[in-house]
Amino acid sequence: MSEQAKTKISVQDLHLYYGQFHALKGITMEIPEHEITALIGPSGCGKSTFLKTLNRMNDLEPNVRIEGSVRLDGADIYQDMDAIELRKRVGMVFQQPNPFPKSIFENVVYGPRINGIRNKAELEEICERSLRQAAIWDELKDRLGKSALGLSGGQQQRLCIARTLAVEPDVILMDEPTSALDPISTGKIEELAMQLKKDYTIVIVTHNMQQATRVSDRTAFFLLGDLVEYGDTQELFSNPKDERTERYITGRFG
Amino acid sequence: MESTILNFGTQADAAGHRPAALKREDSMSNVHASKKTKGYYFRKEYLGRGIATGCGLFIVVLTLAIGVFLLVRGTGTFTRFHHSILEFLFSSDWSPVDTATGSGGGVGAAVFIAGSLLTCGLALLMITPFSIGAAIFMTEIAPKSGEKIFRPAVEIFVGIPSVVYGWIGLTVLVPWIKNVFHPKMGGYSVLAASIVLAVMIFPTITTVAADAIRSTPDAFRKAGYGLGSTRWQVIYRIVLPASRSGIMTGIILGLARAFGEALAVAMVIGKTRAFPKNLLSPTNNLTAEIAADMGNTASGGEANMALWTMALLLFLISMLFIFLIHLISGKGILQVEN
Ligand SMILES: Nc1ncnc2c1ncn2[C@@H]1O[C@H](COP(=O)(O)OP(=O)(O)OP(=O)(O)O)[C@@H](O)[C@H]1O
Ligand SMILES: [Mg+2]
Repeated sequence: MSEQAKTKISVQDLHLYYGQFHALKGITMEIPEHEITALIGPSGCGKSTFLKTLNRMNDLEPNVRIEGSVRLDGADIYQDMDAIELRKRVGMVFQQPNPFPKSIFENVVYGPRINGIRNKAELEEICERSLRQAAIWDELKDRLGKSALGLSGGQQQRLCIARTLAVEPDVILMDEPTSALDPISTGKIEELAMQLKKDYTIVIVTHNMQQATRVSDRTAFFLLGDLVEYGDTQELFSNPKDERTERYITGRFG
Repeated sequence: MESTILNFGTQADAAGHRPAALKREDSMSNVHASKKTKGYYFRKEYLGRGIATGCGLFIVVLTLAIGVFLLVRGTGTFTRFHHSILEFLFSSDWSPVDTATGSGGGVGAAVFIAGSLLTCGLALLMITPFSIGAAIFMTEIAPKSGEKIFRPAVEIFVGIPSVVYGWIGLTVLVPWIKNVFHPKMGGYSVLAASIVLAVMIFPTITTVAADAIRSTPDAFRKAGYGLGSTRWQVIYRIVLPASRSGIMTGIILGLARAFGEALAVAMVIGKTRAFPKNLLSPTNNLTAEIAADMGNTASGGEANMALWTMALLLFLISMLFIFLIHLISGKGILQVEN
């Protein structure tokens, strides 16, 4: 970890069980502020599961049991925080773009609305600011009243990012945000992520090694519910300490 | 639209299973190609299709025939007996001459029309909030017991014959209204008819609305929770708007059922040929009046014709409902106004 960076999220010995299944086996990890942390690893190793523990989306699944602690700015998110409040501070972007079947404008201002903002001018301002931050304002400014479902996949995903930004979270979790997108849209989202890290802490799951090396500052390699290796991205890819990491990043592994 | 909705929720699944399904189909058609003759295909392909097409055509012809029959009979009031449509719709002078050839009576059906509108409207007002609430409960709040207990229970309600509803209304509701409100004319009233209708259409609205709510893609809910919504916010800001066309369809189906119901209403409405003064006074409606008098009027006479005209009106109203349902479901969740 770069010395000056402050820890945003601190995970201590985190275990997660789906019923009998031990999906996360004691993860300990410090996620620094204003950096992009990539989670990589073969399918089923627990990347999404881990990501969801960071904003308690796992609470929505039945039969999930969690041990250990996750601290956001020092506060235990499972003990000291309400899940609803937590999710306003730790936003999430999903693998499949999932805009609501509402207008573009209503999608972006959904979060502000549920937080009690009614003033139309204020909502419009938030909408513009969020769409600009998501680098999609120019494309959408003339069709804010149109259905969000009419957008392309890449536009939908950036709209979903704008929708998350409108809530003004501290942390943005992205679960394979580009896996459903074409290379050009993917490039735009990657650029966007690198822009956003000035103001946000980003954790991104990816199956794409190039993507991890392109965008992330730090990389965590998961395998079968274990965190095998975690460190500076350049370091991890050029000089992996664990043999399993090396095999995975060189493509000789699941 | 429907299929798009489904795809949204099950995309991963569909993609995962398609190759296997395709393979199976391929191998099956190979087997057939090697063994079966052209005659086999003809029988298999065209015979089935022919029967299905025939049945479909039959239904269409039957519906058209009923429509034409009603049109011919129902317009007799205006063509043969020279009453005006305005008189039929807005006059309350109901005194048609009940002989085969006589004429000159009044055919104002306003009382019956008002009775139908009033009882159905009230029933809808009373039960829609409950139905939507129940639909939300069985899908979003308690989906497990909703599926196992609530839904079958609600579906049983659909199958109860209307005479049973009417009878219960007659023996429980009517005396209850009489004892509680002490209306002058006894408990037979608009209120009793509305409550009976409300109970009867409850399962229709509830099950259709529940289906619509259930088919809302989970991705919308997840997005909502991810933005810090409470469960209630997810329900009323995301799920309900996304399923509103399905819910509207349920409401209209319920309304259509209420409009067409004769027996149960006839048993509790009091069958009084006068506008109701308030909710506790008796009145009459289209269906109950038709059911009560259709067998007693001289065929082809003025009174008989006037009843046919009322039947035609019911037919047109139900056509309107069907039309509305198509209009609404044509606008699936994928379209958003403005
Ligand atoms: N709701 C659940 N109930 C039971 N088991 C689950 C559930 N969700 C995930 N799992 C299991 O937990 C393990 C980790 O799943 P997870 O989705 O976190 O993997 P992943 O690393 O994100 O994989 P992928 O790269 O394919 O998205 C898998 O074995 C999966 O089958
Ligand atoms: Mg995953």
